[in-house]
Amino acid sequence: MDGKEITVEDGMTLLEAARENGIEIPTICWHEATTANGLCRICVVEVEGWRVLQPACVVQAVKDIKVRTRSEKVIRARKTILEMLASTMDLSDAPEILTMMDEYGASADRFPDAIRRESEIKDDNPMYIRDYSKCLLCWRCVQVCADDAQYTYAINFEGRGYETQIGTFFDKAIPETTCVLCGQCVGVCPTGALKSKRQYLLEQGVSPEEISVLSTGRKKRKK
Amino acid sequence: MKVAEPSPLQIAIEPYSPLGRSGLLPALHAAQKIYGWVSEASAAEIAKALRVPLADVHGVIEFYSLFYDEPTSRHVIRVCTDVACALKDADGILNRLCSKHGLNPGQTTEDLSLTLEPSPCLGLCEHAPAVWTMDDGRWTVGDGTVEADRPRSMVYGPIRILTANCGNGTTSLETYGEYAGLKKAKGMTPEAVIAEIKASGLVGRGGAAFPAGIKWEGAAKAEGSPKYIVCNADESEPGTFKDRVLLLDDPHRVIEGMCIAAYAIGAGKGYIYIRAEYPYIVPVLENALNEAREAGYLGEDFDIEIRVGAGAYICGEETALFESIEGKRGFPRIKPPFPTTHGLFGKPTVINNVETLCTVPMIITQGSAEYRKLGTEKSPGSKLFCVSGDVERTGVYEVPFGVTLRELLEMAGGVKNGTPLKAVLFGGAAGAFATQEHLDVKLTFEDLRVAGLPLGSGVVMVFDETRDMRQVLKSLVHFFAHESCGKCYPCQMGTQRQKEILDRMAEGKILADDFDRLQDVGWTMTDASLCGLGQTAASAVLSAMKLWPELFQG
Repeated sequence: MDGKEITVEDGMTLLEAARENGIEIPTICWHEATTANGLCRICVVEVEGWRVLQPACVVQAVKDIKVRTRSEKVIRARKTILEMLASTMDLSDAPEILTMMDEYGASADRFPDAIRRESEIKDDNPMYIRDYSKCLLCWRCVQVCADDAQYTYAINFEGRGYETQIGTFFDKAIPETTCVLCGQCVGVCPTGALKSKRQYLLEQGVSPEEISVLSTGRKKRKK
Repeated sequence: MKVAEPSPLQIAIEPYSPLGRSGLLPALHAAQKIYGWVSEASAAEIAKALRVPLADVHGVIEFYSLFYDEPTSRHVIRVCTDVACALKDADGILNRLCSKHGLNPGQTTEDLSLTLEPSPCLGLCEHAPAVWTMDDGRWTVGDGTVEADRPRSMVYGPIRILTANCGNGTTSLETYGEYAGLKKAKGMTPEAVIAEIKASGLVGRGGAAFPAGIKWEGAAKAEGSPKYIVCNADESEPGTFKDRVLLLDDPHRVIEGMCIAAYAIGAGKGYIYIRAEYPYIVPVLENALNEAREAGYLGEDFDIEIRVGAGAYICGEETALFESIEGKRGFPRIKPPFPTTHGLFGKPTVINNVETLCTVPMIITQGSAEYRKLGTEKSPGSKLFCVSGDVERTGVYEVPFGVTLRELLEMAGGVKNGTPLKAVLFGGAAGAFATQEHLDVKLTFEDLRVAGLPLGSGVVMVFDETRDMRQVLKSLVHFFAHESCGKCYPCQMGTQRQKEILDRMAEGKILADDFDRLQDVGWTMTDASLCGLGQTAASAVLSAMKLWPELFQG
């Protein structure tokens, strides 16, 4: 890897192998708790003998494989993906990606014609808000809601291609779905598209005291 | 207590209930056949019957262009607006229809009497402009003025081996004759059948040109059962229509090819996955399957089921096609593992293109040595080319591998009206452009590779000198933006950025750094996308940038 000979455990991915040996490969969609799908392609590396770049998060290390983690091709792909992301969505709550953009010299306004994915904030339940303008489609929320954790299947996809968005059955409000408000989707969201209601209210300038009154009031009403 | 009468929908989807999730696409089609669209109540009913989560059912409806979750008419007119049809004023046809009915493209009248839509390539490029109408479950195809219940086959060429039965006007088993190839194969060991296919040098005709024998061998040797054989009839590459002709005019040939493949790998079940845009083929195939069952070719050991797609080019990608049969959104899977070991339902699977399977019976019947007498050493046999665009005589041409592009164009009567040639698009939307300089290139895998042209699915789309290549490219990139599945970032966003840039360029507005911008998007998709769609979504654009850089510079 990058000219350095490394020995790894059988079945390890290139990403794990790199991290164990102090080689940094960036990731966006990858999360230790969810099935890796190789979506974001930020972790792509050049493997000798392969026609196209390979996602390090899923490709396993095999004997005598030669890997370059920062070849010219790799850098161009990472930089361009970052630039396309910045022209598609609101990255203001994704500091890690913003840092990545600096590192790769990615310009946020590379694509002047870009039609951004914009969406109204969905505030339809007491626990969390959904702001899909900030969603980069890492699929983590859908995965933890389904077979990766909760087996609730409250959310899935709407649309296709660039128009894809996370959604519920016929766009129903969260309380009308199978959602059990477990909060795992909020926990794995990397960009603030899913946010706890309390955090959202604090950011909106609502004071902790006011939030406390709001939530106490709710409890009182329930009695 | 009174038991409620089952609804028409409940009756219609009942047969799919035992299939579970795999019955989702057939069940959604059944709902649309009754109501024209899938309402929330219908979707919930289907979810319950098939035991699929509600959100997942909705996710599937949303993925496929031909499933509707908003009120849609049972009378839908779709006008193909892709490349070959765009050359024949498809946009004008669509606009005129729209103003006649007071609708915008994609809209439905308030009384649900009509829906008007632009459509991706309908696989009718030799008949361009193409219009496909569905009305109360019945279909017609035509050019918007003249309509028929099926497209006319236009098949030409110096040899008619693969296409021997095309245009005969009948598809009966009696005319086709006994399955001689299958009979001979069953007298051989499965290993010997595979060896024969390997020796023939047959490679896949769907675009990737993978050796068919090696694929079969892989699945035959793979552990796991059951095993599947899948016929990829999701022909959707703009400019491609050969599989449509083969299936419609000679269904027994593909069924026999599947039977031989099934015997070779030990498969008990086969699927023909056919795009929904070819509804007129389904009854022809069903009839042929029934004839094959009656004749004992299909039945206990091996049988075939037809699955109909729902408007998604990506489902021609083999793993996305599996997902679709399994009742999911057509997201391609990461490879490896490959279908030969982990295919449909995670089981060993051989998936071949229609034309590939159609070639199999003749290889077995005549033997690989005889088969190899036609064509070249490295590209044996014959090949179907889909000739469309600005030529005198569009259609499917069967030629031995090795004829030149010039010869093929001469067979087609040359460029329309004797106008000089500007370019030929090879391999479809995911292909590359050839020019005058390439006219003497031989149409073989090896020669085209050297020339940097993909043979792909056999698309030869001709553009005369008067064509605005920026408009042609605009049409190509619109197709990919519409058809990207959205799974991996390079393609999901790259197809959109490519479209935005070329939309602007087509209006003559070019920024100083557009060339680099387009190159970065194109190469990022090519190098880093997850599947073949994204990896080739910039292929035609990058080839045009090489040939005509001035088109992209301000």
